[in-house]
Amino acid sequence: MTETSAAPAPVRTRPSLRERIAAAWDSDIAYSFRHSPVTIVAAVIVLLLLFGAIFGPWIAPQNPFDPGSLNLMEGKTAPLTPNMFTGKTFLLGTDDQGRDVFSTILYGSRVSLFVGFAAVAFSMVLGVTLGLIAGYRGGWLDSVIMRTADIQLTFESLLVALMIFGFTRTLIPPGSQNELAVPVLILAIGLAEWPQYARTVRGVTMVERNKEYVQAARVIGLHPAIIMMRHVLPNVLGPVLVIATLGLALAIIAEATLSFLGVGVPPTQPSLGTLIRVGQEYIVSGEWWILLFPAVTLLALALAVNLLGDWLRDVLNPKLR
Amino acid sequence: MIAFLIRRIAQAVLVMLVVGFVAFSMFRFVGDPVSIMVGQEATAADRAAMAERLGIDRPFPVQFARFVGNALNGDFGISYRVGRPVMDLIQERLPATLELALCAAMFALVFGIGAGVYTALHRDGALSHAAMTLSLIGVSLPTFLIGIGLIFLFSVELNWLPSFGRGQVVDVGGWKSGFLTQSGLRSLVLPTITLGLFQMTLIMRLVRSEMLEVLRTDYIKFARARGLHDRAIHYGHALKNTLIPVITLMGIRLGSLVAFAIITETVFQWPGVGFLFVASVQAVDVPMMASYLVLVAAFFVVVNLVVDLAYYRVDPRLRTDHATARS
Amino acid sequence: MRKIAPLAGATALAICFAVSAQAETFRWARGQDATTLDPHAQNSGQNFGVLHQIYEPLVHRDQESKIVPALATSWSITSDKNVWEFKLRPNVKFHNGNAFTADDVIFSINRAKGETSDLRGLLTSVVNVTKVDDLTVRMTTEGPNPLLVNNLTNLFMMDKEWAEANNVVKAQDFKNKEENFAVRNTNGTGPYALVTREADVRTVMRANPNYWGKGQFPLKVTEIVYTPITAAGTRIAALLSGELDFVQDMPVQDITRVSQTSGLRVNLGLENRSIFLGLNAGDADIKWDDVQGKNPLGDKRVRKAMEMAINREAIKTVVMAGQSIPSGTLVPPTVHGYTKDLDAIPTWDINAAKALMTQAGYPNGFGITLHCPNNRYVNDEKICQAVVGFLGQIGVKVNLAARPMAQHSPEIQKDEVDFWLLGWGVPTYDAEYVLSFLYHSREGSRGGWNATRVKNKDMDDKIKSLTAEVDFKKRDATIAEVLKWAKDEALYIPLHNQTLAWGMKNRFNVRVQDENQLFVKYIN
Repeated sequence: MTETSAAPAPVRTRPSLRERIAAAWDSDIAYSFRHSPVTIVAAVIVLLLLFGAIFGPWIAPQNPFDPGSLNLMEGKTAPLTPNMFTGKTFLLGTDDQGRDVFSTILYGSRVSLFVGFAAVAFSMVLGVTLGLIAGYRGGWLDSVIMRTADIQLTFESLLVALMIFGFTRTLIPPGSQNELAVPVLILAIGLAEWPQYARTVRGVTMVERNKEYVQAARVIGLHPAIIMMRHVLPNVLGPVLVIATLGLALAIIAEATLSFLGVGVPPTQPSLGTLIRVGQEYIVSGEWWILLFPAVTLLALALAVNLLGDWLRDVLNPKLR
Repeated sequence: MIAFLIRRIAQAVLVMLVVGFVAFSMFRFVGDPVSIMVGQEATAADRAAMAERLGIDRPFPVQFARFVGNALNGDFGISYRVGRPVMDLIQERLPATLELALCAAMFALVFGIGAGVYTALHRDGALSHAAMTLSLIGVSLPTFLIGIGLIFLFSVELNWLPSFGRGQVVDVGGWKSGFLTQSGLRSLVLPTITLGLFQMTLIMRLVRSEMLEVLRTDYIKFARARGLHDRAIHYGHALKNTLIPVITLMGIRLGSLVAFAIITETVFQWPGVGFLFVASVQAVDVPMMASYLVLVAAFFVVVNLVVDLAYYRVDPRLRTDHATARS
Repeated sequence: MRKIAPLAGATALAICFAVSAQAETFRWARGQDATTLDPHAQNSGQNFGVLHQIYEPLVHRDQESKIVPALATSWSITSDKNVWEFKLRPNVKFHNGNAFTADDVIFSINRAKGETSDLRGLLTSVVNVTKVDDLTVRMTTEGPNPLLVNNLTNLFMMDKEWAEANNVVKAQDFKNKEENFAVRNTNGTGPYALVTREADVRTVMRANPNYWGKGQFPLKVTEIVYTPITAAGTRIAALLSGELDFVQDMPVQDITRVSQTSGLRVNLGLENRSIFLGLNAGDADIKWDDVQGKNPLGDKRVRKAMEMAINREAIKTVVMAGQSIPSGTLVPPTVHGYTKDLDAIPTWDINAAKALMTQAGYPNGFGITLHCPNNRYVNDEKICQAVVGFLGQIGVKVNLAARPMAQHSPEIQKDEVDFWLLGWGVPTYDAEYVLSFLYHSREGSRGGWNATRVKNKDMDDKIKSLTAEVDFKKRDATIAEVLKWAKDEALYIPLHNQTLAWGMKNRFNVRVQDENQLFVKYIN
């Protein structure tokens, strides 16, 4: 969403940026990382959650997405307490459908992270490409792209995502809505975020385009696409990385929010947001684990990714420190 | 000034036309409006009559012109979900959202600027560190979790504040206000915090970093050298310069307040347009979605315009260099 | 005969007095709002909940579910067995000051019998209504109908003059999303008059100062604030924090917490309502499955297998927290025509179910969409989710589509679903009501909620014969015969009868009524 634009757009058009990034990249990053315990903890959390999400199907005691494998009688079992009927014990308890909460969190963060990464990748590719084209070509193409970005930036991206979601839903036959929920989410969140990248990349590209080495490359007849890939792109990687990291946290939260609003993934294939929506019903009844564990996981994930993003921004842009 | 104004207004109109076009295409091409409006059992004559009423038999540009004309008159059609004019529904719900957004904006501004100034001036204080850490958590916490947490703590466990709705509202010339009753004000507290917290942390972080930057600049150093009081420097010079980006941010964020009100309203059953919108998305109520889009766009565009003008007034440099005006 | 009083000023003044006398507000929450206030637009207990405070039928069932006089003071079958005579209550005024007379009764019954009315299924046997004098009407039925009165308990009386003046002579066509004046405006004879109506937000009603029942009923509550709160957690949080006096749709998981809170109590009672799954067994091919060219639900073995795969006890224990009674028929035990044998719960047997699926030619199952409401019945969406799990065990891959009742119900009425969850209450306390709405094929005013697409001429005739059968023995035998066929065909899969939990302040200790209806006028 637009949080990154809200920060005093760090890296747009300053000429000395490239040198700074290069210098920081070589030496400072590793040093800074070693000396920032918070960042280390954040990185460890992200890695753990990533690991859990990727290897979830092998770690999880149960596959919560296969409704046929569940035993309803095991529902609402408290953490580490044997179930009344089957005597089975669950590390983090079970929810109201007899799903092991630990397993649902692993599978749920898998959905959340997948949607997050895919949405970021989608908006990054789209935004960087359009930004490069706009910055390099200039002229009317630049105007069209950037005005579109401007218009879209005036809207909160959650709203754009909701709109795109609602819009797409009307085009999909109702029978396949559940299956297509994840791609639609990715599309909605991804499309909502591209202007961030486009703006940044365009700024850097416009600066680079007029530098002598790019001029030289143009003179010897290199294809613009190659010039952009080889010479311009590396210069924008730093800022793009920062936007992408912060964007990941935002995408994860956006997915959770949409699912919480009941327009995301279906309850039979829950993401962290869906789990929280379900758990909310037990807010007063005493089955605290159904809400608490997914909520803590989501918070830890978003916080850790944000911390990494913040750190990255500071490292790549020492002026802000 | 006038040239600048005209350019901005022209741009705003263009944006509205584009958004209107998107909304119109949505209405026109998503689903079959005729069969949605007349129902399955309608006869061919019914369908033709409805097609004529909707103007779908006309050429496309004529249809669009008609849509714009109707929209300008406040006619956005009938909601598929409840079968009432969309505009009536929105009008009923708008005061609730606007009052909530206003409170949240005030909350965010007051506490955000206060905390930002404090943390900038006392960079290494324990309180500043705590505030900075909390602000990061605030940014990472999804709005709906904050809402759920507040309900649990203040409504269920402590029984201090209401957990849903607007309480008693008073009708002031058609505007239903929650500001005038005790229960209305009490009902505002939790949703305001939920909605404003995220913006508050952003403002606080922005004010802090801007303050730090400004305090490092030469003119502040000169001011110090001239022997001005810290107080005068901090609030007279530094803070004033910090406020420009805060205004911009607040302008952009006002829009997002409306967007995030959707979540807050859902959590607190707040009877505003956001709550209405979520129900419409779930029910694929196209006219409702389309008109919400147009209205929110109008709101955003107006806010942006105002921000630009305010910006223009606050920052003297802009008056000579139009080109750098934020677009 | 009819005077239009200068009502606005008078009512307002009277309301002011009523409030100043001794105001007591009753803050009442449910999970979902009434979808319309047009009294004849939808046959829905949810809507009747609000309507019973504002409008009145000729007779109604009180808080103990006994039939008591409302706008009729007495009724009897005349010497002609096909004709009922109703004596109307004198000196009753509508909220707008108009007098209530026989003309209004005739108008209202005809309105409820109209094409667009959802209540016409209750009046299938009524041929015509005639006026004897201003306070006497006669209803002629098609053959003798000794149970007619049972069908009138939710048939609200409207003011003919008001309806004509406001162009609402026909009931709102709800399934086709029509809107009329009566949807948001009311003019009843009931103990409470509508003050404000904000759909989905709140509905405020205030004591009717001219109510005929003054002195007969407690009428302690002077103002009702009715609020739909969709999120179950929020609803209970509001009750716990004292913002509400009464929560009608208590989430079962919160019963313990609420009843342990001082000042609050939970009353439980079995609702006269069956929760079940419906199957499109009649169509040759269906829309919502992944089998091409045929309809798996058309095979009785498949339906039986699905019925067997569901563990009703587990749903009761876990999903319903004990608050349900598993059932084997759509007729609840409180209803005439219920028999224990027919209620035998299908045995839960996964292996047998799988064997049946194999026999039917679906050893690997098939895919199908289950349409489910998510705000109407106790834990409706969770029940559906559990069903998805059970059916998954026999290879039926169910895609769950849960949505609000307001979208769900019209699609059942319009035959747009193939596999759905529904609940059916029986306000007449007679099995004929169930058979006529859910088993009789769609025909005129019958079969309005039957989306099974099955037409069985023989059974249809038997169901029709029930309204005019005076020999109760024979009638019971016919009911049993049809129910036996229904059970055997498994057109519906009965799940359970739900228990109701009403959460309230101790001060308002109201007994749970079998129809899940609350009559605020009885609260003392």
